[in-house]
Amino acid sequence: MKLKFTFWKLVFLALMAAGFYATVVRFTQGLGRSTNLSDQFPWGIWIGFDVLCGVMLAAGGFTLTAAVHIFNIKRLRPIVRPTILTAFLGYVLVCVALMYDLGRPYRIWHPLIMRNPHSVMFEVAYCVMLYTAVLSLEFSPIVLEHFNLQKPLKIIRGVLVPLVIGGVILSTLHQSSLGTLYLIMPEKLHPFWYSPLLPVFFFISAIAVGLAMTIFESSMSSRHFGQQLELPILQELGRVLVVVLSVYGILRFEDLLHRGVLKLMFQPGYEMYLFWLEISLSLILPLLLLAQRKVRMSAGGLYLAAVLVVLGFITNRLNVSITGLESAAGLHYIPKWTEVAVTGAIIAAGFALFGLAVKYLPIFPAEKQPAVVEVEAGAATPVLSHAGD
Amino acid sequence: MSKALLYDSTMCIGCKQCEQACAGQNKLRYDEAVAAEQQQSEHKYTVVLTKGDRFMRRLCMNCEDPACASVCPVGALRKTAAGPVTYDADRCMGCRYCMVACPFGVPKYEWSKILPKVQKCTMCPDRVATGQPTACAEICPTGATKFGDRDALILEAQQRIRDNPGQYVNHIYGLTEVGGTSVLLLSGVAFEEFGYRTDISKDPLPVLTYRVLSRIPDFVPLGGMLLGGVWWITHRREEVAAAEGHGSAHGTPDQKERKP
Ligand code: SF4
Ligand code: SF4
Repeated sequence: MKLKFTFWKLVFLALMAAGFYATVVRFTQGLGRSTNLSDQFPWGIWIGFDVLCGVMLAAGGFTLTAAVHIFNIKRLRPIVRPTILTAFLGYVLVCVALMYDLGRPYRIWHPLIMRNPHSVMFEVAYCVMLYTAVLSLEFSPIVLEHFNLQKPLKIIRGVLVPLVIGGVILSTLHQSSLGTLYLIMPEKLHPFWYSPLLPVFFFISAIAVGLAMTIFESSMSSRHFGQQLELPILQELGRVLVVVLSVYGILRFEDLLHRGVLKLMFQPGYEMYLFWLEISLSLILPLLLLAQRKVRMSAGGLYLAAVLVVLGFITNRLNVSITGLESAAGLHYIPKWTEVAVTGAIIAAGFALFGLAVKYLPIFPAEKQPAVVEVEAGAATPVLSHAGD
Repeated sequence: MSKALLYDSTMCIGCKQCEQACAGQNKLRYDEAVAAEQQQSEHKYTVVLTKGDRFMRRLCMNCEDPACASVCPVGALRKTAAGPVTYDADRCMGCRYCMVACPFGVPKYEWSKILPKVQKCTMCPDRVATGQPTACAEICPTGATKFGDRDALILEAQQRIRDNPGQYVNHIYGLTEVGGTSVLLLSGVAFEEFGYRTDISKDPLPVLTYRVLSRIPDFVPLGGMLLGGVWWITHRREEVAAAEGHGSAHGTPDQKERKP
């Protein structure tokens, strides 16, 4: 146990060191030297992975807060905090990644005063900004509780429901808008991925990934922090995941059918292979797994399915943002080591921050919790906030 | 009335004076090495492509409804009423969405600079504003690049095709492409030979994203209402249950279960 811990520390330090060096290269030599981006291929993994996947992986935040605070599914309550934490860290790191990718990062605030409401990017910028603020408010009770600040805690609890509703709306908007971004390029994006339904696909898959990430995190946490969620909760999430994936799958194939793309699915080629990789990981394998009762009921089986779903939709986002644009650009984009190093360091920082937060803040339900554990719409349901905990 | 450029490749002699005048106008380096380059770049806004004795210019099409301007989050790129699609470097934050969105791959980036800018032909907006032709049109010795009112130039292009049907491909490139552009092209050979796609959308591209974006103002109150309503219903049930005395019984075992 001790040895394993040191090993991960070493990995972390190595990733951070590489990331630091890459950061120096990026900000002293410019984008040209630090990336394999070009006029033919202006967006790489900092957009395709760090931003698109980062936002997607943080989708658990809005999915779970909606389930618990709006749909009132109380069993899921114990995992609200870890998912809010993940979402919050996710969005902060997305903003960090943007600072690398923007040609002039010090102008990141420009959309605040220079507005172009016709731009999808403008809308995404606003939603991400506002949602990060919402997340920090949703996250704040955990910190306030830690320092036992009752006054602000009360205020936050009072506005919690509108806050959660706002967060869900903002998330719906920008999760789908990340797909809308690509609607402007019908000539460039390969027909496997260009669809008028892109915004819908991005939104539904964000929910699927939100659920999968929650299952995944729960298992990770049990392994590394000795914190675990109860199996029945995971089973419930797994069941919802099956439904969401099935809806997504049907819609995805109906769309391919109506756009006449089905025949392309069996014409060997670079795009075809990556298309099938995406479809197998995100739909076929997890659905085959979860269709079996034994798998669906076991923690290990659920964990495996969740990992597949996450990998599958990461492939999807990379296909939309990279694979699908390569043939129009007439080149293959392979990220430079600096791009990978920055991404690696950002991921490592995410894990480290998560670990720190779990260690020092009341994230997971523990034995000795004060009376006011879960963020609760206290004002509206006084009876329950007494009944709970 | 909006201005436009008509480039007739059958009249072009490949002297590249337009390239040079463009570089001068935009204060870009121009020497033999640059002249030999056969592609647009951050230091070459326009290029005369050469294939044997055939020529074809490439430059920003200055679209009527430009994708680049519609996607720019900070409004650095703008379509002016006079025709030019201008760029304000002081606004640009370098997201490069314009480059991804442009159907002709026009905007280029200063990749080697620490504080880069987008670079593209902006159809000499200062000259056009004062009634002068663009630098390239002014210098063109054969009239292959001609500056004028867009409507008049379209009529003229149609006339040229009618007068010499054997000499031209029967297509004015830019008349309907992506909803029309302020640069119109005539050619004696298929446009594809010089990399101009003819399978391109006839509708302005910004429509594709605006169709989705314009729903947002309707969606927000609707979504808020819906979610608020769900909350009200799900929590109302509970209040009733609590009032009937089952509420606390519901909550407690749930909480107890969780404790290890
Ligand atoms: S050709 Fe490209 S850069 Fe030029 S106006 Fe049209 S969309 Fe913008
Ligand atoms: S790179 Fe600059 S000009 Fe292009 S879309 Fe982004 S902010 Fe606008």
